[in-house]
Amino acid sequence: MMRTSYKITRNIDWVTIGLYGLMVTLGWMNIYAAVYNPEHVTSIFDFSLNSGKQLAWIGTSIVIIIMLFAIDYKAYDSLAYGIYWFVILVLLGTLLLASPIKGSRSWLVITETVRLQPAEFAKFATALAVSRFMSNINLRQQNWKDQAKLAGLALLPPIIIILQNETGSALVFAAFTLAFFREGMSPLILIIGAVAVFVFILTLLIPQWYLVGILTVLMGAYLWFNFHRIKRYLPTYVGVWAAILVVVFSVSYFVDNVLQPHQQNRIKVLVDPEIDPLGVGWNVTQSKIAIGSGGLLGKGFLEGTQTKFDFVPEQSTDFIFCTVGEEHGWIGSVIIVALFMALLLRIVFVAERQRSVFGRTYGYCVASIIFFHFLVNVGMTIGLAPVVGIPLPFFSYGGSSLWSFTILLFILLAIDAHRKLDLGRG
Amino acid sequence: MKYLEGRKYVIQAIFLAIGAVYLIKLFYIQVLDDSYKTAAESNAMRRVVQYPFRGLVYDRHGALLVENTPVYDLMVVPKEAKAIDTLKFCQLVGLSLPEYREKITAAKKYSYVKPSPFLQRLTNTEFAAIQDNLVDFPGFYINARTVRSYPHSSLAHALGYIGEINPRQLEDTTYRGYRQGDYLGISGLEREYEQYLMGKRGVKYTMVNVRGIEKGSFKDGAYDTLSVAGQNLVTTIDLKLQQYAEKLMEGKIGSVVAIEPSTGEILSLVSAPYYDPSQLTGKELGNNYMKLLRDPVKPLFNRPLMATYPPGSIFKLAQALIAMQEGVLTADTGYPCNWSMVKCSHRHAYPANLGIAIEQSCNPYFYQVFRSVVNKGRSANVYEDAHLGLDIWKKHIQTFGFATQLGVDLPNEKKGMMPNSQFYDKIYGPKGWKYPTIYSVSLGQGETGVTPLQMANFAAIVANRGFFYTPHIVRSVGEKGKPLPEYSVKRYTSVHPRHFPAVVEGMQRVVESGTARYASLSHIGVTICGKTGTVQNPHGKDHSVFIAFAPKENPKIAIAVYVENAGGGAVAAAPMASLMVEKYLTDTIKTAGRKRWENDMITGAFYKWGK
Repeated sequence: MMRTSYKITRNIDWVTIGLYGLMVTLGWMNIYAAVYNPEHVTSIFDFSLNSGKQLAWIGTSIVIIIMLFAIDYKAYDSLAYGIYWFVILVLLGTLLLASPIKGSRSWLVITETVRLQPAEFAKFATALAVSRFMSNINLRQQNWKDQAKLAGLALLPPIIIILQNETGSALVFAAFTLAFFREGMSPLILIIGAVAVFVFILTLLIPQWYLVGILTVLMGAYLWFNFHRIKRYLPTYVGVWAAILVVVFSVSYFVDNVLQPHQQNRIKVLVDPEIDPLGVGWNVTQSKIAIGSGGLLGKGFLEGTQTKFDFVPEQSTDFIFCTVGEEHGWIGSVIIVALFMALLLRIVFVAERQRSVFGRTYGYCVASIIFFHFLVNVGMTIGLAPVVGIPLPFFSYGGSSLWSFTILLFILLAIDAHRKLDLGRG
Repeated sequence: MKYLEGRKYVIQAIFLAIGAVYLIKLFYIQVLDDSYKTAAESNAMRRVVQYPFRGLVYDRHGALLVENTPVYDLMVVPKEAKAIDTLKFCQLVGLSLPEYREKITAAKKYSYVKPSPFLQRLTNTEFAAIQDNLVDFPGFYINARTVRSYPHSSLAHALGYIGEINPRQLEDTTYRGYRQGDYLGISGLEREYEQYLMGKRGVKYTMVNVRGIEKGSFKDGAYDTLSVAGQNLVTTIDLKLQQYAEKLMEGKIGSVVAIEPSTGEILSLVSAPYYDPSQLTGKELGNNYMKLLRDPVKPLFNRPLMATYPPGSIFKLAQALIAMQEGVLTADTGYPCNWSMVKCSHRHAYPANLGIAIEQSCNPYFYQVFRSVVNKGRSANVYEDAHLGLDIWKKHIQTFGFATQLGVDLPNEKKGMMPNSQFYDKIYGPKGWKYPTIYSVSLGQGETGVTPLQMANFAAIVANRGFFYTPHIVRSVGEKGKPLPEYSVKRYTSVHPRHFPAVVEGMQRVVESGTARYASLSHIGVTICGKTGTVQNPHGKDHSVFIAFAPKENPKIAIAVYVENAGGGAVAAAPMASLMVEKYLTDTIKTAGRKRWENDMITGAFYKWGK
């Protein structure tokens, strides 16, 4: 044991831990700023404030970190499926048994003030399970059965979560495609995904028959002018054109018949905030006002007016980035974005130095999930992404979120600390 | 599998690309685009204007004429007013449901989260009724401010009124510093002394949260300013005299102007018909204003300053003074009462001197006086002679304040008119007129126009034997206790003071043995000097005019009374003026005979006389 623990401390990736510590501390201070009331000043440690509670979540996170390092690192690999199925059971249990809070059956009520959201923990569990699956020596990537199994593993949790009415959390699972891409998935899927998102937004903006017309004319013109060169591939082009039309129709069917009006609006406000001025439009407008009013250097710590006086909704959770933007200006924004970039690149670096496929895949899963949260959360506050209620990792207030990201990240660090013991199976 | 390692660069590139896009967008909204900063200010910063107390207005003895009383506006914040019992609320404030919806829609249009006035200027009773029940209706609250009120309901025209600044004024640079919704003086003293009365507004910056609830001051009040109350005005008005004059003029059309000759201070200023100044404050301002505006007798028209009438026979005094200055008349000049030139109003003795001529108001006499001024023989050509004479006359008459703005400290003063040669050239051509064409000017008829204020000022000039102070209505502004400097300048006429006593003697005779014996104040031992005028009115009964001053030596009051369609100067204007003087000098009306006169004047009995 002495030898092992010596090795652990030497091989722990202190850079990542430093970034983590910095982000959690900055997050805690910004939560205090978001809930700060100049008329009734309370200490940052006051447990009645979100900042005081967040400090408690940070403290318990440290305990979790120590436990994660204490557990035999091989357990993450061998217990991956067990953890996965356990979380699936909890998700199902919550769906069936929990009483709804704000229309969502996703909360496990432990005490009056302590509630957990199992969906948060499904992320690391799924990451472990898909990594385990990828590291199977018998895996044949071209085999459709294996592909289907992998897809099933990644899709089961979000399906349950959607049933819990937590669409935002479910979307996060799309991030796994980035990790799959690193492990050999065809880039076509990423491209088709990007095109689908693009077409999806187009269908919301342009009536579908216009869109079909425009696409047909473009395709027709292309074929007309290049006919002699490409007539051999004509069926392929027509096929692609037909595929796009199918996407257009299915997307507009999806938008009109599956999405609820408030969900449609969340996407439409990206283009026109006036579409729902007192609902989602209000959130986006106020959030942009708060960030935009920060200027280059910001108004100063605790001096923000927009966040403090509740103009920005959910200012200590989903819209925590507004506090940064308002009080610390563009410089503050640069620091936060730079911290995320540094963390993501460091995780990629850590993932790449793993000798096992399991470790590397897991590392990419961690990077992808954190990246997806960053992408959507910061994007929605500045009007570049639809308003989806998912937290900014390490910054947003919330125990479930902080714990789950801590677990997600530190399982990777625990695996990484033992990387030299691993002989590698890939 | 090795080939897949290159994909890490793709993934890293995606991360960095998104980071870069976000930083660029952030740079755009945070650094380049300023609109978010103003939006944030209008969100969270409330600029509360601290309205100063507008200056008060007193009469010359310290009686309050204009004060401020609180009024209450019912404000609404639509966002908070959602969950109320609309029906109950409508009953409380006395609105119908559609009216309520209309008002709430208007408020929402202004702002969903900021307060806007729902009902303005509630009366005290409305306020009391609503205030107690307001707790049941979140989103509604009372905002108190002050409006003008008038303890005596006198002097409406001179006091004027205040109202909201209009959009045209807001664009005008002279009204810099006013904002939408500010009140300012629109007429009368309120307008003329706006800069003193308004005081200085203070501004308080407070922070509000999303529900419009105040969250303390901005930067501990570093940018706040205190309001400074407006300066009080002490007017020259004698409230008792003013009220008495208004009583006399009740139900009549005309003007009364009384001036203290030794200072030019206006003691009373009546425009009849008048209105209660409190009609033009509070909730009903708009409605009442339109009502007054449409009234056929034009109660809003400020007659003492704006109505120009032919002065009638009182003008003969000025003609005599100018003729004496020009050296064509002495106190002892006699002219026959020759009816072939112009008819006289009645048969009377031969006007052997100026005194008798004034006493009898002899028309042929003054026909000849004015002719001697106009046709002085400056040129052999009768036309040219009349040109030269009339223009010299015009210069003289203007020094009496006729055909010029006197410069009273009230807005919209008219200058009236007096003809010169150019004027007649335009009508008749340069060779088209000579003295007989224009003789009616000698009698204060024809092409003459004079305001009642100018008539009273003329009485003051004669009382002072040759000079006047510009009539004014404010004695002192604020704490300094001084009138504006332009009102303490002695202004002399072009007629030498030595010529005045003869005219004064004539005016004394008018009351003692002439056309206005009813105006005599011998029962209180005061010598009053006056002159009647009966202004021919082509549209109906003659206008009754009288100017006077008293006592003869060291005059305390000079007065002009003009009553439209009342008949001769002796029947209405002269008794009224005399009653005014008696009231001012002794504070009462002494004998039973005088009381009867008073009653006849108030009831307008003279309208039935002489028909």
